[in-house]
Amino acid sequence: MTLGPTASALALAALPLTALTAPALAERGADGELRVLYWQAPTVLNPYLSTGAKDVDPASMVIEPLAQVAPDGSLTPVLAAEIPSLENGGIAADYSAVTWKLKPGLLWSDGSPVTAEDVKFTAEYCMDPAFGCAVLQEFEGITGAEVLDAQTVRLNFDAPRFAPLQAFVGGRTPILQKAQFAACKGAAGVSCTAQNFGPLGTGPYKVADFRPGDVAQFELNPNYRDAAKPAFARVTVKGGGDAMAAARAVLESAEYDFAWNLQLPPEAVSAMEAAGKGRVVASFGSMVERIDLNQTNPSPELPEGERSTVKHPHPFLTDPAVRKALSMAIDRQIIAELAYGPAGKATCTILPMPEAYAPEAPACLTQDLEGARALLDQAGWVPGPDGIRAKDGTRLALLFQTTVNPVRQDEQALVKQWWSEIGVETELKAVDGASFFGADPGNPDTQTKFYADVEMYTDAYYLPDPASFLSKFTCDRIPTPETQWQGNNTPRFCDAGYDAGITELHATGDLAQRQQFARKLDAQLVGDGNYALPLIHRGMVSAHVNTLSGIVPNGWEGQLWNVADWSRVK
Amino acid sequence: MTEPSDLLVEETASNAAAPGAEALPPANPVEAGAPARSQWRDVWRQFRSHRGAMVALVLFVSIILFVAIGPWLWTIDPTFVDYRARNQGFSMAHPLGTDQLGRDMLARMMTGGRVSIAVGLVAMSIALTLGSLIGVVSGYFKRLDAPLMRLTELFLALPLLPLLLLMVTLFREPLGQKLGPAGGTFLLIVSAIGVTSWMQTARIVRGDVLGLKEREFILAAKSIGTPAPRMILRHVLPNVISPIMVAATLGIATAIITESALSFLGLGFPPDFPTWGRLLFDAVDQMQQYPWRVILPGAFISLTVLSVNYIGDGLRDAMDPRIRGR
Amino acid sequence: MLTFALRRILLAIPTLLFISLVIFLLLEASPGDPLGEVPLTVPPEVKERMREALGLGQAWYIRYVLWLKQFFWVEPLYWCDQIFGTSFSAGQQRIISFQSRSPVFDVIAQRLPQTLTVVGMSYLLGVLIAIPIGIISAYRQYSWFDQIGTFVSMVGFSLPTFFTGVVFIIIFGIKLQWFPSIYDTTLRVTDWDSFVMQVRQMVMPVTVLALYNAAQISRFMRASMLDNLRQDYVRTARAKGLSERTVVLKHVLRNSLIPVVTVIALGLPVVFGGALITEQVFKVNGIGQLLILAIHANDIPMVMTLTFIFAILIVSFTLIADLLYGVLDPRIRYD
Repeated sequence: MTLGPTASALALAALPLTALTAPALAERGADGELRVLYWQAPTVLNPYLSTGAKDVDPASMVIEPLAQVAPDGSLTPVLAAEIPSLENGGIAADYSAVTWKLKPGLLWSDGSPVTAEDVKFTAEYCMDPAFGCAVLQEFEGITGAEVLDAQTVRLNFDAPRFAPLQAFVGGRTPILQKAQFAACKGAAGVSCTAQNFGPLGTGPYKVADFRPGDVAQFELNPNYRDAAKPAFARVTVKGGGDAMAAARAVLESAEYDFAWNLQLPPEAVSAMEAAGKGRVVASFGSMVERIDLNQTNPSPELPEGERSTVKHPHPFLTDPAVRKALSMAIDRQIIAELAYGPAGKATCTILPMPEAYAPEAPACLTQDLEGARALLDQAGWVPGPDGIRAKDGTRLALLFQTTVNPVRQDEQALVKQWWSEIGVETELKAVDGASFFGADPGNPDTQTKFYADVEMYTDAYYLPDPASFLSKFTCDRIPTPETQWQGNNTPRFCDAGYDAGITELHATGDLAQRQQFARKLDAQLVGDGNYALPLIHRGMVSAHVNTLSGIVPNGWEGQLWNVADWSRVK
Repeated sequence: MTEPSDLLVEETASNAAAPGAEALPPANPVEAGAPARSQWRDVWRQFRSHRGAMVALVLFVSIILFVAIGPWLWTIDPTFVDYRARNQGFSMAHPLGTDQLGRDMLARMMTGGRVSIAVGLVAMSIALTLGSLIGVVSGYFKRLDAPLMRLTELFLALPLLPLLLLMVTLFREPLGQKLGPAGGTFLLIVSAIGVTSWMQTARIVRGDVLGLKEREFILAAKSIGTPAPRMILRHVLPNVISPIMVAATLGIATAIITESALSFLGLGFPPDFPTWGRLLFDAVDQMQQYPWRVILPGAFISLTVLSVNYIGDGLRDAMDPRIRGR
Repeated sequence: MLTFALRRILLAIPTLLFISLVIFLLLEASPGDPLGEVPLTVPPEVKERMREALGLGQAWYIRYVLWLKQFFWVEPLYWCDQIFGTSFSAGQQRIISFQSRSPVFDVIAQRLPQTLTVVGMSYLLGVLIAIPIGIISAYRQYSWFDQIGTFVSMVGFSLPTFFTGVVFIIIFGIKLQWFPSIYDTTLRVTDWDSFVMQVRQMVMPVTVLALYNAAQISRFMRASMLDNLRQDYVRTARAKGLSERTVVLKHVLRNSLIPVVTVIALGLPVVFGGALITEQVFKVNGIGQLLILAIHANDIPMVMTLTFIFAILIVSFTLIADLLYGVLDPRIRYD
C-alpha cells in the first residue's frame, strides 16, 4: 500500500543492463538489484525485539554493531576503531570495564554523525526494565555506559567479567541512533512501528520499504563509510513458501540470487546443484543437534508435579552403562550423510567451535553395536523373550520425542532402528515446534518439562566464548514445577564437580586456561558422562546463483553479514 | 414456476420405496421384513446394472483387500530401516522400491492405506452424521434453528490449528493410556477431523430441508399426524440424500489429506507410522528424482475417492424408485 | 423478510461477542507460546520480562476486555481520524501484533490486495466453471462429458494443493519458465507491461485454486440438478410444451441452486481468509499466509483479530444465504 512509484523501480531495475556492459569493478551500486529469499520472512527489523535469524539477518544490512565475529571465531572491528584488549587498555586490568573507541568520521544514513552517545543510548534502551529486550543477557552485569568523549564509551561491570566482550559484538546487538529511538525507551518501545520497521543505520543499505512477513526492500546508504561499496544498488528480501521452493527458485530457475536456511534432503539438493545454475554453501557455527537423556523419571504413573523431577531418578538412564551403550549404538556419520548432507557433520561435543574448545580426540564417531551389547550384558541388562533388554523387571523401553521436521523424523527412525538392534525399545513422538519450545506450564509437550525419556533438538551459542552456555547445566538450573518448568538444564544433570568447574571457568581470564576448563566440562557432560548425546554439528545452508560472488560463510553472524562485498560476476 | 403437484407419487415413492411391492403397509412386524428384503434385492439388481458403480465397487473391494490382507502376505515391517538399500527402484525384493531410509514402499503403502481408509471412512461418517443430524433438526424444527445455526457459525469461525493443538494437549495422554497409543491417536484424529468438518454438510442439509418442509407431500404427511421422527426418517432424509452423498465423497478425500496435515502438528500417529497422506507429503520435495513415491500414494487416494464417488452415484440411482427399472 | 433480517442482525451482535470470547479462550488455552521462537540460550528471567512487555502479565479477562475496546472503539476512531483528519484516537493504543510490534490492521491492509485478487479471482473463476459443468454433467448424466468431468473433479479434489501447486511450479515455472514461481507483492499495475506481469504471476495460483474450488462446487451442482431433473414438475413443464432450455435453465436450475448457494456463501469468507496452502506454495503472502505465520508464532492479537473478522464475514454470509433461500424458493418463510 505504501510502496513508492513503481515506474522508478522499473527504471532502477533496468539500470544494471547498461551498467554491466562496462567493466564494473568496485563501483558503488553498479550491479543493480540483489534478490534474496528468506522463506521465513522478516517480521521486524529491530534485533532488540526479535533474535530470530530471519529478522536479524536483514537488519544487519542496515544497523551494525561495534565488532563482529569472523568465520574463525575471532573478533573484527566494525564501527569500533579496534578490538579492546588488555594490551591496548580497552579492557580494564581488573576486568571491571570495557572501553570502546569508534572509528572517526562515521555517519548515519541521514547524514548526522555517529557518537558515543548513540552507544550509551542503545545500552540503556535495551536495559530499560519496562522494555523486554530480547538480548538482555548480552548486557548482563553492565551497571552503566559512560561517555568519555564523542568517540569513546565505557561499559562498567558490577563485578569482574572475564569474557567482557559481549554487548555490541555481533549482529544481534547493533548500535541504534539515539535521535531516532529516543521516544522508544521503556514501555513506549512497543508502539514505535516506524522505528522498528525502518531503523536508521550505518550499514551499506537503508530500508526503502518493509512489509512484515512478506518483503523488505533496501536501497543504497549514500553515507556508507566505504565509497566503493556495496556493488548492488538495491536489495529485495522476499519471504514465504518453504525451503524446497526457495532452493528451486535459486538453483533451478535462477529467479532469485540467494536463498537462506535450506535444510533439505541431501539428494534433492545435489540434484538441483547439478542443473549448474547455482551452488550450495554451508556455514558452521556452534549449532549442535543432540539427544538429551532424562535423568529423572517421566512416567505418567507418577502424580502430576512429581513427573520428571529430581524426586524420582530415572529407572535406567541413570546407569552410565546404558547411556554409553545408547551413544555407541548410533552411527553419527550415517545420520550426517543421509539426513544432512552438506548441512551437517558428525560430532561428539556440544562445543564444536571455535576449534580450540573442542575435544582433541572425538571418541564416538564410529558405531559399535557389538560393544554396546557387551556393555549392557556386563551391566546386567539381558534380553528378554521379546528381545528387549531388562533388569529386575525394568525394561529398556524409551519414549523419544522431538519436533515435527522431516529431517528429525528420519533421524528418529534411524536411531530407533539402531537402538532396537541392541535390545532397546523406542516409541517415537513428534511435537509441533512452537508447542515444544513454548514455556506454557500447562502444556505437557514442552522441551523443558521433558515428559519423555529422551528428546532431540538443536542448541547453539552466539559468541565464541561458551562459558554462559555451559553454565546452564548446573544443578540450580534444573526445571521444576516450582519455577513453572523454567530453566535450561533439560537433562536434569546434577554434579557437584561440574558446578565447581563452572565457578572456576567464570573466575579466570586466561584464554588457554578457559579453553581447557571448557573441554573438561564438555567431557564431564557429554564425552564421558553421555548425559546428552551430541549427534550433528549443524551448518546453516544457503544457495546462491553462480553469478553472485563474494559470499563468505560465517557461522557466527547472519548470512548477509558481508553483503557489502557481494557483487555480480559475468 | 412449476412445482411438484403430484404429492401422492412422492409420498409412495419414499414411503414404500419399491413400486410393485406391496402397496399396503404390512399388517405386522414379522411380515415387515419380507418386503424390505426384496427392496434391497431390487436395489442391488439396479446397482449391478450401473457399470461405473460396479467397476468402482470391484476397485474399492480390491483396495480394501490390498490394505487389509496385504500385510499378512507381505510381511516386511514398514518401519524397518535398511539404509544400505535406500532409494531403490522396483525390484523383486521391493516391488514398489524403497524410500530415503530404505523402508519398503509396498509395506508402507499397505499399512498406510489401512490407516488412511479407516480414518477417511470413520471421520467422514462422524462429520456426516453430525452434519445431517444438525442440518435436519435445525431445518425441520423452527425453534432449534437459531441456536443450532449459531453453533454452526461458531464452529466455522474457530481457528482450526489452535483448536486441534489444544485437543491433542488435553486428550493425547489420557486417551493413550486408556486405549493404547495407536487406538488413542486414532480416536483423537477421527474425532478431531469429524468435529471440525461437519458444518458445511449441516448448512447444506438445512437449506434443502427448509425448502422441502414447505412441499405439499410433507404438509400432507403432517396433516395426517405423522410424528416428527418418522417424518424425518421417511420423508425428509431420503430427499436430501444427494447432497449428503456428495459431501461424503468429498469428505473422505478431505479427511485423508487432513490426517497428513495433522501429523505435521505432531497431532497424528507416531512419526514413523506411514499413512497415504504423509507418504504423499514427504515425497513432494523429491518428486523430480523419485516420481513414483508421489504417484503411488496420490493414485491410491484418488482411486479410493473416485470409487467411493461412483459407488455413491450408483447407490443413489439404485435407491431412487423413479428411475429404477429404466 | 426485512424484519427477519433486522432481527438476525441484532442477534448477530451477542453471537459475535460470544464467538470472540470462545476464540480468545481457545487461543489462551492452546499450548503454544509467543516466545517459543526465542533461542534456548535466553535465560528464563529475560523471557519473563519479554512476556510482560507483550502485556501477557495481566489476567486473561483484562486482556480480553482490552482487545474488545481496541477492536470496537480505538480502531474505528483511528480510521475516522485517517479519513476526516480528526484526532480522536490520539494516545490510544491500537491492536499491536506480537511478532512485528506494528498495528495489526496495517499489516492486514497490506495483505488484503493480493488475497482478494488471487483468491477472489480463483473463486470467481471456479464458480463460473463449476456451474455450467454441473448443469451439463447432470443433464447428460453418464455421457462422456459427465464421466470426464467426474474423473477430473474427483482427482482434482483428492489431490491436495500442496501437491498440484508444486507440480505446476516444476512444469510451468522451472521447466518451461512460462510463469514466475514467486509472486511479487510489490508489483503495481501502472501500464500494459506491468499488467501482463501481474497476469503472468497470477496464472498458476489462480488455476490451482480455481480447479480445486470448481471440483467441489460442480459436484454439488450436479447432484442437486439430478435430483430436480427427476422431479415430476419437470415432466409437467415439458408436457406443457415449454422449451427444453426454459425447463432446464429456468425451472430446474433455480430449484437446484439452494445447496450451491450454501457452498458458495460458506466459501466467500474463505476468499478473505485466503488460501493457506496455495498462498504458501506460490509465495503470495496474503491473509492466509499471515494467519498461518501468526498461529505458528502464537501472535495472539493477530490471530484473534483475523479470526474475528472471519467470524463476522461468516455470520454475514450465512445471513445472506438464508435471505437468498427465500428468493430462490418463495415458500421458505422466516417468521
